[in-house]
Amino acid sequence: MGKSSATKDAQALFQSLRSAYAATPTNLKIIDLYVMFAVFTAVIQVVYMAIVGSFPFNSFLSGVLSGVGTAVLAVCLRIQVNKENKEFKDLPPERAFADFVLCNLVLHLVIMNFLG
Amino acid sequence: MIGLESLSGYQYNRTNFVGSFSPTTPSNLRLGSNASPAAISPMLNCRLYSSFFGGKGDKARDTEVSAVSGGGEPAVGESGSGGSDIVDMAKDNWKSTVETITYLGERAKEASNEVTPRVQQVLESHPDLRDVIVSHLKVTIVMSYIYSLKEAYEALRTFEILGIGKELNIRDSTCPFVMDTLGSSSSNSWDMFYALGVNRLLKCEINDEVYAGIASRLKAYVNAANSLLDFYYSIGSLRLLKDLTSEIDVLLVDADGIFQSIKALSQSDGRWRYSSNDPASSSTSAAGAALQTLAGVVLLASSEIDQSLIRTLTNDIVKLFDSIEKYDDGAYYFDEKVADAREYQGPLSVTSLVVRGLTAVASATSESINLPGDKILGLAKFFLAIGIPDSAKGFYSQIEALACLESNRVSIPLILSLPATVLSLTRKDQLKVRVTTVLGSKAPPLSVKLIQAFTSGSKDASIIESQELTFDSENDAHLLDAVLKSVDVGKYQFVFEIVLHDSENKNIYATGGRTKVPIYVTGVIKVDNAEISVLDSDLGTVETQKKLDLPGETALSLSANHLQKLRLSFQLTTPFGNPFQPHQAFLNLRHETQVEHIFVSGNSGKQFVIMLDFLGLVDKFFYLSGRYDIQLTVGDAVMENSYLLELGNIDLDLPEPPEKASRAPPQPADLYLRYGPKAEITHIFRSPEKRPPPELSLSFFALVLLPILGFVVGLLRLGVNLKNFPTATVSATFAILFHLGIAAVLLLYVLFWVKLDLFTTLKALGFLSIFLMFVGHRTLAHLASASAKLKSA
Repeated sequence: MGKSSATKDAQALFQSLRSAYAATPTNLKIIDLYVMFAVFTAVIQVVYMAIVGSFPFNSFLSGVLSGVGTAVLAVCLRIQVNKENKEFKDLPPERAFADFVLCNLVLHLVIMNFLG
Repeated sequence: MIGLESLSGYQYNRTNFVGSFSPTTPSNLRLGSNASPAAISPMLNCRLYSSFFGGKGDKARDTEVSAVSGGGEPAVGESGSGGSDIVDMAKDNWKSTVETITYLGERAKEASNEVTPRVQQVLESHPDLRDVIVSHLKVTIVMSYIYSLKEAYEALRTFEILGIGKELNIRDSTCPFVMDTLGSSSSNSWDMFYALGVNRLLKCEINDEVYAGIASRLKAYVNAANSLLDFYYSIGSLRLLKDLTSEIDVLLVDADGIFQSIKALSQSDGRWRYSSNDPASSSTSAAGAALQTLAGVVLLASSEIDQSLIRTLTNDIVKLFDSIEKYDDGAYYFDEKVADAREYQGPLSVTSLVVRGLTAVASATSESINLPGDKILGLAKFFLAIGIPDSAKGFYSQIEALACLESNRVSIPLILSLPATVLSLTRKDQLKVRVTTVLGSKAPPLSVKLIQAFTSGSKDASIIESQELTFDSENDAHLLDAVLKSVDVGKYQFVFEIVLHDSENKNIYATGGRTKVPIYVTGVIKVDNAEISVLDSDLGTVETQKKLDLPGETALSLSANHLQKLRLSFQLTTPFGNPFQPHQAFLNLRHETQVEHIFVSGNSGKQFVIMLDFLGLVDKFFYLSGRYDIQLTVGDAVMENSYLLELGNIDLDLPEPPEKASRAPPQPADLYLRYGPKAEITHIFRSPEKRPPPELSLSFFALVLLPILGFVVGLLRLGVNLKNFPTATVSATFAILFHLGIAAVLLLYVLFWVKLDLFTTLKALGFLSIFLMFVGHRTLAHLASASAKLKSA
C-alpha cells in the first residue's frame, strides 16, 4: 500500500512540476535545453575517459571544461534573462545575450589553446 | 729576420758544446713502463739531445738511438765539436736550400716566358706604351730575383768554404739573372754586390764592357754614398770586381777621403752608425760592416792610405772588443746594445759581421792588431757551440765567420776536441784528443798535456798530474794509454793544455790556455752479498732469508705480516774494488691493484740496505693485503751494467683498515679505456601511448553528437521559430553580419587549433571582434528598441 501511495505521490509531484514548468517562457526552455545538451556532452566524455583512459589528457580536459563552461554560462544567461528575477530587472535581455556571446568566445579561445 | 731564431737556438743548444757534454745514458738500464721519476731523467737528457739534432743530421740521431737501446755504446762520444763534423752535418742541410734557389730561378724564368707573348700583343696595339712597360717588367722580374740572388750568394759561398756542392749545376739557371742584374741600369749597389758575388762563384761569362760600365757606375755610387750600407755594397762590389778582372781600373782615387767619410760615422766606443742622420743609433753590426768596407777601401786605394788613419782604425777595433760579451764556458760573442725590433740581428749575425770585418782589416793592412788570443778562441768557440743554426742565413754567418777565423792574420784559434768523452774500463779505451783549426785543418806541430784530472765536484783530489800525450801521426790524434789504469769509474774533469812546439807559432795561433773537459769513465759494477730476509719485528730473529744472485734471474716468493720487517741488502764494488754509490737504488713494491710504493735505499758505508718495517707502513700501504711484486733498480751513468730487476713477490698480511684510513688513490685507468672507442649510444624513444580501438572512439564520437541531435529535436518540439528575425533591410543585414561574425570567430578558432599560432590568431581576433562589437551592438540595439516599442504599445 505504502509503496503505491509513494509512487502516486511521486507521480503527483512530477505532474505538478511539469505543469509548473509548462508555464516557463519558451526562451528559458531553449536555454534549459541548451544546458542539458552541454551537460550531456560533458558527461559522455567523462564516461569515455572512464572506459578508455585519460590520454590525451589536455584534450579530455578541454572537452569536458568546454561542456561544463558552456553550461555554466548558459545558466548565468538564464538567471539574467528570467523575468522573475527582480535583481536583473533593469538589465535588458539583449545585453545579457551579448555578454553570453562574448564570454563564450573568450572561453573557447582558451579551450582551443588548451586543446593541443 | 734570423736574429731571434738563432738566438734561441743558441741558448738551447749550448749544453752540447765542447765544454759541457750532456751526461751519458746508462747503457744497460732498461726502463720499464713503470720507471720511477728519477730513473727517467737520463732519458730526458737524451731527448734534449735528439731534438736538437732531429731533422738536421740523421747520423747524430742514429748514435743516440743505439746508445739507448744498449750495447754499451756511449751516447755523446761521437758528438765532438771538431770542424769536420760540422761539414758533415751541413751537407744535408744545404742541399735543400740550393734546391729551393734553383727552383726559384726556374719559376722566375717560366714567369717571364709566359709574360712575353701577352706583352707582345699589347705592345703591337699600343706602341707608345712600349718603353714604360718594358722597364716596368724588368723591374718586376729583377725584384723577384733579388731575394734569390742574395740567398744564392750566401748558399754558394757556404758551399765554396765547405768544398761541396760542385755537382749541383745551377749555373745555367742563375747566370742569366746575374747578367740581367749587372746589365740593367736600374740595379743599385745592393743588387750588384750580390750579383757580382754569385758571378765570382759561378764564373758566368760576362764581357769586359759590362764590367767597365759597372765599375764606372759603382764609382759614382761610392762618391754619392751617404750611408754606411751604400759604402758597404758599392765598395764591396768594387772589391769583387777587382778580383774578377784585371783589365778594368777599379782603384779609388780619393781613397783617403772615402776612408775619412766612412770613419766619420764611427763612435767613440768602437761601434758605428749606419748613417749620419741618426746620431743616436750606434750598432755593433754596423761596426762589422764598416770594418769590411774600410778594408776594401785600403785594398782599392790607388795610393797608400795614410798610416795614421789605419792606426786609429786598429784602435777602434781594440775598443770594439772591449764590449765583447762572454759565456761561462769561455765563448765570446757580440750583441747589439740597443735592440731595434725592426732591424734586430741576433748575436750570431752580429758576431759574424765583426769577425769578418776584423779579419778583413787584418789582412788588408800590415798593422798588427793587438787582441788577446783567448777572445779570438772564444769567438771560435761561440760559432762552434751553436751547432747548426736553423736558418740558411744563420748558417752562412757561422760558416763565413769560421772561414775567416780559419786563416786570419790576428791569431788562428786551435780547437781541442775529444772524439769520445765516455771511456769504458771494460773496453780499455784510450784517451784520445784531437787539435785542429776551426774547420778541421791540421794544426802545427804541438803537444797536448794533461795537466790534471779530478773528480767532478771535489777540486782538491787530483788523480793524475801533468802527463804528456803521445802524438799519433797516423790518426792525427794525441793519445794517452796509461790513464785508465789508475782511474776508477766516475765523472771527472780533465784539464788539458796545448803547447806549441815552434815558438814563432805562438803569435799566429791562439790556444787559449787550459781547456777543461768532463770525462766519464764507465765500468762493470760487481754486486756482492745480496740477500733479502724477513725479520720478526720484536726480537729481530730471522724468519726467512734468501741469498740473491744479482743481477741474475730470481723468483722470490716471500710472505710477511704487519709485525715483520723486510730487509734487502747488497754491496756494490767498482772494478778497482772500491765501494760504489750508484745514482739510483730503488726498491719498488707494486700491489695487484697497481698501487706502487718506491723506497730509496740508504747506504751505510759499503753496504746498501733497505729495511721496510711493515708496522709503520700499513697506513702508507692503504691496508692493502695481498701480493706485492718486488722490483729493484740500480743505475748510474757510469755503470755499464745498470739493471732493473723483477725479484719476485711478497705476500703481505696487513690488518683490516680502520674507519678513517685513507683509501688507495685510484690508479690511472687503462689507456685503452680512456682513449679507445666509447660504448655506442642507443637512443630510447618514447613508446607511443596505448590507443583504444578506433571503433570505440568512433562510437563515442557518435554518442557526443547525440545531445546536439536531442537539442535540435527539443527545439523543434518547443516550436522555436525565427519570427523575431528583423525584416527591415538594414537591420537584417546587420543581424546576418553578426551571425557571420560569430561564425568567423569560431572558424578562426578552428584554424588556430589546426595551424595558426597565438599571435596571428589574436591579431585576426582583434579585427574580427571590433567588427563583431559594431554589428552586434546594432543588432541588439534594434532588438531592444523593438521590444521597448512592443512594451509601450
